Amino acid sequence: MTRWAMTLDVDLCLGCEACIVACSAENEVPVGQFRTRMRTTTVGTFPNLRTEFRVESCFHCADAPCIDVCPTGATYQTADGIVLVDPAKCTGCKACVTACPYGMRYVHRDGWVDKCTFCEHRLAAGRQPACVQTCPTGARVFGDLDDEADPINDALVKARSVSVVNPDTGANPHLFYLNSQFTNGPSERLETT
Amino acid sequence: MADRTAVPPDVNSEAGVSRRSFLQLSGAMLVLATWIQGIGRRSVETAIRWGIPIPWYRQGPISHTFTVCDMCPWHCGIIVETVNGVVRKIDGNPNDPKSRGRLCAKGQGGVSFLYDPDRLKTPLIRTGDRGAGDFREASWPEALDYIAQKMGAIRDEYGPESIAFLGHTGGDSWFVDHLAQAWGSPNAGRPSTSLCTGPRDEAALLTTGLPIGGHEPVDWDHIEAFALIGSHIGEDTRNTVMQDFSKARARGAKVVVVDPRFSTAASKADLWLPIKPGTDTALLLAWIHVLIDEGRYEAEYVDTWTVGFEQLSDHVATLTPEWASGITDLHPDLIRESARMLADARPRAAIVPGRHVTWYGNDTQRMRAAYIFNALLGAWGQPGGLYLNKSPYIESYPHPPYAVVGSAGGCSTEPGESSDVLPLGPSGKARADGARDTFWRGPTAIQELIDPMITGDPYPIKGLIAFGINMLHSIPNPNRTKQAFEALDLFVAIDVLPQDHIAWADVVLPEATYLERHDDLLTTAHLTPYVALREPAVAPLFDTKPGWWIARELGLRLGLDQYFAWETADEWINTRLRSIGSSIEKLRDSGGVIVQQGQPYLADVPASPFMTPSGLIELWSESLEAAGHDPLPTFEPTEEPPAGYFRLLYGRHPAHTFAKTQNTPQLAALFSENTVWVGTAAAKTLGISSDDKVMLENQDGVRSGPIGVSVTERIRNDAVYMVHGFGHESPDMHVANGRGVSDAGLQTRYALDPISGGAGMRVNFVKLERTS
Repeated sequence: MTRWAMTLDVDLCLGCEACIVACSAENEVPVGQFRTRMRTTTVGTFPNLRTEFRVESCFHCADAPCIDVCPTGATYQTADGIVLVDPAKCTGCKACVTACPYGMRYVHRDGWVDKCTFCEHRLAAGRQPACVQTCPTGARVFGDLDDEADPINDALVKARSVSVVNPDTGANPHLFYLNSQFTNGPSERLETT
Repeated sequence: MADRTAVPPDVNSEAGVSRRSFLQLSGAMLVLATWIQGIGRRSVETAIRWGIPIPWYRQGPISHTFTVCDMCPWHCGIIVETVNGVVRKIDGNPNDPKSRGRLCAKGQGGVSFLYDPDRLKTPLIRTGDRGAGDFREASWPEALDYIAQKMGAIRDEYGPESIAFLGHTGGDSWFVDHLAQAWGSPNAGRPSTSLCTGPRDEAALLTTGLPIGGHEPVDWDHIEAFALIGSHIGEDTRNTVMQDFSKARARGAKVVVVDPRFSTAASKADLWLPIKPGTDTALLLAWIHVLIDEGRYEAEYVDTWTVGFEQLSDHVATLTPEWASGITDLHPDLIRESARMLADARPRAAIVPGRHVTWYGNDTQRMRAAYIFNALLGAWGQPGGLYLNKSPYIESYPHPPYAVVGSAGGCSTEPGESSDVLPLGPSGKARADGARDTFWRGPTAIQELIDPMITGDPYPIKGLIAFGINMLHSIPNPNRTKQAFEALDLFVAIDVLPQDHIAWADVVLPEATYLERHDDLLTTAHLTPYVALREPAVAPLFDTKPGWWIARELGLRLGLDQYFAWETADEWINTRLRSIGSSIEKLRDSGGVIVQQGQPYLADVPASPFMTPSGLIELWSESLEAAGHDPLPTFEPTEEPPAGYFRLLYGRHPAHTFAKTQNTPQLAALFSENTVWVGTAAAKTLGISSDDKVMLENQDGVRSGPIGVSVTERIRNDAVYMVHGFGHESPDMHVANGRGVSDAGLQTRYALDPISGGAGMRVNFVKLERTS
């Protein structure tokens, strides 16, 4: 079996946003709408500060709550674990937008719900997702969790910490953040942009 | 290549194609669907039935073009994907030593830049007052004839030196180097020297005799500790440097960041030194003190490769961390700890030469202090330090002797003149920028050409050819520049976009973008010297033309036929490539680049590579002393902000290049206007919050429009910060117009570097006033 997943080493990520523009160009995301977004978090007081950049897109959850709520079956999960929307079946009812605990879906200007696809069309051609290919820092690793030799498993094993955003949802996200300084949650003063 | 009539896609349209209007098109699309065999055929049919647009990569065969990015001056090798004559996606070229298959946000935004509906589309001739922006459309022959006639008139009355050729971005060499030198004007220059990297190159030439060049020669693959002083890696998104920085950190290299602001790079540092702005030289001298005092330097290297150690040692004897602490507002222990962190990794350690280093006017001396520190580490020419970069071997295009020797310089080209005699134009005039008078040496200081346009002193500059240079955002004090525009007999602006200065031009020539044109070969001095090719992925849109064509057509009209005895850029490029046994075809076949072998380390070269008078690294500089400058760097205090004012600092956003990309829809969507960063304590005193808008007023009473506030812990309370390049006034730049505030507009002063002619811009102060 194949189980696609992505890791993002936030210690390496410089918040340069190359991935966001690569995603938009590759997937023709309308200007002003995004499949990928960045959060900048700063903790502490001058000069004892920590700042971290975290880029987020659909987490392709193993137990994705967006699937069952879809009345038309437009949202589905492939055998490889990728959560997709079939625009031809989507009526734009937004049930999935509400159900997604992470706010990773948006209504495309042409009426259907859109989000990250892990660039499945590129995977079919043996290429990496656009965000992974372009990332100047090498912060992103994409691969098959079920293949022991896949570099993603190496990245997960060697990481000082592995976390997912808000694990309490029970959705089981498959975008793993490595080496975050904030694994236990920032408790100090927060600046988030 | 595409047909000229290829319709741009709606990549930049927010409205886009509605599902309904798409259904109306579906008949035509069915033809397409029949054509597509195999590839996603079922999904194409489904899509058509439901009015879902077919993804670009299923609309036809994808063609690939190896070329070179121009979204910033770093010039990464790219692969452009084109379908049905429309550029759809750009990726890094894995063969290219800069991009290595990766690309930054701006490079990825190239498609959006190409299809910006606000692009200049046809030649224009001014009909209204300067600055009013009233033009009529003109044909290319009419516009070029007009320019040639005016240039001839200026030459006849004032001499050819009275026309300035200023340029920026890839392709500027056609105008700033070739045409200017053929024409005979020494007044040619680029903002990338005196407004950016000039001091670091002059300091390097004075200290080691080697230019830094366009690609900083840091041996990133082997470095174990490094310092960034005011370098904003991550916000400044030079692709290769982000890659190298990250790989070095992942390998465990130690990072010291010196910055008044908790920059992205500072957030990745092992030690952050939140220095008081303007005091960096004091820190550097104290670091040198620590190295010598504690014996943490490469004694054998210093003996073998440097001169002036004793003078240096005496010079810094009393410049202790305690001395520097009072100046820099840094704890002496932090100064010692950071010096040791770097020293203990020697010789695999260095202070990374910054890029924009024109800060306070003493910038060449500050850069010299950094290079002296690097010499004590044994970094120059050693693995893990600073490698010896080398330009690729390739012949120039043959031409008759030029009418003047060029001294334009540029961050990606060889440095400007450093001989004792300034080159003279055909009527015997040297540069009008005050070289040898108000400053000592180096390439043309373009900001010093503005006053001669206004005053006629030392002689009038009556004509200006501006290629791709953003005159009102790059040169401090745009009001002075506008005054200069008014005094010109001829102002020609060649650009892709209707940038702010266009409204003052007599003639506007629309240039094709980098994705639609050839340029001269890119030759990069590097660890592995290499040659890269820029060639079009699609034909020029609208009635735009490539720069080489414009320069040549102008040259022919100016009677400079002998310098333009070639018909096309292909011919020029192939002639040069023949000198290394290659051709455009071969270059394409080899993946867009030709990589040559370097000699990066001292062990690789037979004799001293240091091209100073002594043949060694000059810690103490006899050349500087002979010219009346300090032979060793000293700390000179910079003016303090008056009460109630903050020092105005500026920098980059990762999605933007200078003032060039603010109108690019996909990049503007990420960051559409700048804000002013204010420290939390300062904001509290001022009673402002991040919900407020403020007006900024500088020390000379110049006021900005309203700007948003970002109250943050990430900056000292004696300075404010904004991203450069916003506050566009051109009404024809519909996305950027009126968004944010121009830092250049608030820079009514600059401090001239007496050595390099650099314009130090961090000497301006602003106060904040909440708007109602």
